[in-house]
Amino acid sequence: MIETGDPARIDASGIHYRDLNLQVRRLAARGVRKVQLCNVSGQRYIGTNLDRSIEIEIYGTPGNDLGAFMNGSRIVVHGNAQDGCGNTMNDGQIVVHGRAGDILGLSARGGKVFVREDVGYRAGIHMKAYGDKKPVIVIGGTAQDFLAEYMAGGVLIMLGLTLNGNAHRANFIGTGMHGGVVYIRGSVQDHQLGREVGVAGLDEEDRRVLAQYVHEFASLFGYQADEILNERFIKLSPRTLRPYGRLYTP
Amino acid sequence: MKTYLPAKYEIVRDPERCIQCQVCVNQCTFGTHCYDTEDDEVRSHSENCVGCHRCVTFCPTGALTVSRSRLEYRQNANWTPEVIEDILRQAEGGAMLLTGMGNDKGYRIYWDHLVLNASQVTNPSIDPLREPMELTTYLGRRPDGVKLGAAGTTLETELWPQVRVEVPVMFAAMSYGAVSLNVHRSLARAAAEMGTLWNTGEGGLHASLYQYGNSTIAQVASGRFGVHSDYLNAARVLEIKIGQGAKPGIGGHLPGEKVSAEVSRTRMIPTGTDALSPAPQHDIYSIEDLAQLIYALKEATNYTKPVSVKIAAVHNSAAIASGMVRAGADIIVLDGLRGATGAAPKIIRDNVGIPIEMALASVDSRLRQEGIRNQASVVISGGIRNSGDVAKAIALGADAVYIGTAALIALGCHVCQQCHTGRCAWGICTTDLALTRRINPDIGARRLANLLRAWSLELKDMLGGMGINALESLRGNRLHLRGVGLTDTELDVLGVRTAGR
Repeated sequence: MIETGDPARIDASGIHYRDLNLQVRRLAARGVRKVQLCNVSGQRYIGTNLDRSIEIEIYGTPGNDLGAFMNGSRIVVHGNAQDGCGNTMNDGQIVVHGRAGDILGLSARGGKVFVREDVGYRAGIHMKAYGDKKPVIVIGGTAQDFLAEYMAGGVLIMLGLTLNGNAHRANFIGTGMHGGVVYIRGSVQDHQLGREVGVAGLDEEDRRVLAQYVHEFASLFGYQADEILNERFIKLSPRTLRPYGRLYTP
Repeated sequence: MKTYLPAKYEIVRDPERCIQCQVCVNQCTFGTHCYDTEDDEVRSHSENCVGCHRCVTFCPTGALTVSRSRLEYRQNANWTPEVIEDILRQAEGGAMLLTGMGNDKGYRIYWDHLVLNASQVTNPSIDPLREPMELTTYLGRRPDGVKLGAAGTTLETELWPQVRVEVPVMFAAMSYGAVSLNVHRSLARAAAEMGTLWNTGEGGLHASLYQYGNSTIAQVASGRFGVHSDYLNAARVLEIKIGQGAKPGIGGHLPGEKVSAEVSRTRMIPTGTDALSPAPQHDIYSIEDLAQLIYALKEATNYTKPVSVKIAAVHNSAAIASGMVRAGADIIVLDGLRGATGAAPKIIRDNVGIPIEMALASVDSRLRQEGIRNQASVVISGGIRNSGDVAKAIALGADAVYIGTAALIALGCHVCQQCHTGRCAWGICTTDLALTRRINPDIGARRLANLLRAWSLELKDMLGGMGINALESLRGNRLHLRGVGLTDTELDVLGVRTAGR
């Protein structure tokens, strides 16, 4: 059921993802700037392949690969996102008022992803920056293992706001990391880190970058940015830009 | 550390013929030839020679001969010169041996044990010079049946996108970064001219080649380099690369030295950074996950393009292929034991994977048994050398083949296996701008188109000889094959009878 207008509204109950995405695509092509999707229940690939950038507001639980290959749209999820959210994203923004599943922002090259609560395994894996493109992921809560694995560029921030005094439990953080930067609020033990990352404090420039994205995060989800920034942060960056340089004999 | 490695080749310069012109000095990229200004004499350091014949080909007076080093080891079937020298290289380098091109070991080449049939007396052969012969091939998913509307004038069955190629030979995935832009230009132009397809590999599509999008297969691999909406939309076919015959199960590292400004723009990564392709695609850990990426690509391109999935031929290829087809792959690509690479650990290249002939036969049989062979086209690659191999592959069940090494040989490659060094003297497997100019895309495209034309003529001749006027009639028709010198088990796997039966 579609209510046309702007914002347009689609009741996604019982609609296959292919039909749902086709409807959104048609609305976008028609010039609608904002689409609200209600009763979303696991439909995949929402926000993929739209001719123009629009805003998509989702009520319910969107399925895997939300915003995959996305190139400029904005998606707001009132609920949790599943796996592959922001997969190979080039530009745009995804805001999740809840949790997100595994491989959040896999291979993202640009755009921003804000998740209010926790995320699954391998968040930020193989994110990369290029030219003026610099992907940003801000995770309000904590993450599971292999956070920032193979990371090649961009900024990943983990705030730990859901920890209630507990420590981050992710292991193998930054395994294979060879670019980009991770800021973690609170601390992690050395054994939780991959061999390829080094830990450091934040310098002026780090604080400026961090403050910018934390303010963005706080205004999206109604937090006080200064309270978040008051805590101690650590910075993770690759020890070397060529972690696998000594593997081969020509 | 003094190297204990002996010279592999010996250069003999005929003093009668050498005119000290220094062409060899300028052509060699491995520092084999040098000019001594004091003595006004060109000399050679044989120990640097890789046997690529660039100097021999370009010497204007034919003064150079390259032969294998006359150094004779004590004869030993176990400790061969290659084994000894590999150990020396590792003792001196302390790391995995890297190599280029395909497996050069003596594994049985089954194409050479399969022979084709011809018509004699009881059924007439067809003369391809006078009769139309059809090599046209359609790639993509076919429906199980066709349902017409009530009036019989409309089609109710949903059809999937099909891609037409005029010759069942396509250019295999070779990424920009591994090979030069001029190689990509040559491949793209030749493919467009001959009505076939070329494959970007996983390094993205250079901006100047978007005009050849309709002849392009765009690869999506674990590094996702250069993958964005324009890239996906530009291509005719999208290919998910799971594995490669030269290095099944492992990822790839394009070293930062090869990531030049242009490569950086095309891969969409900063200049000089290592391009690491992880071993698995981290959104694919199962057939269900593969289905997810296949349909992500279909959604991203509005179901207008076939999606291909490429795997290395391994022990369980048949079962995997069945899963791939059920996951929604419109084309499945099998890359065999002899598939080549721009760089791979030698131990993997030489020891992992199975011969493509076995993989093809078992996959085709399995998909037929399961009644899903129509749901995907099967394309094979890995060591296809000539049109005879192509004809036998089609008869064994392939819809089309990819050629990589054969295409590079057409461009000048002498299979010296130095691709991984980035110093290819033929200007093929390098991003050094001074070297890449050695390939002229106009000439390159001509040579490649010539090769395809030659193979097309030969294929038509073979078809005509068999009394067939369309390649479609040979496809999967194993009765046109017989085995020579094969065991019963091999014949059984290949699904062919022995010669004489």
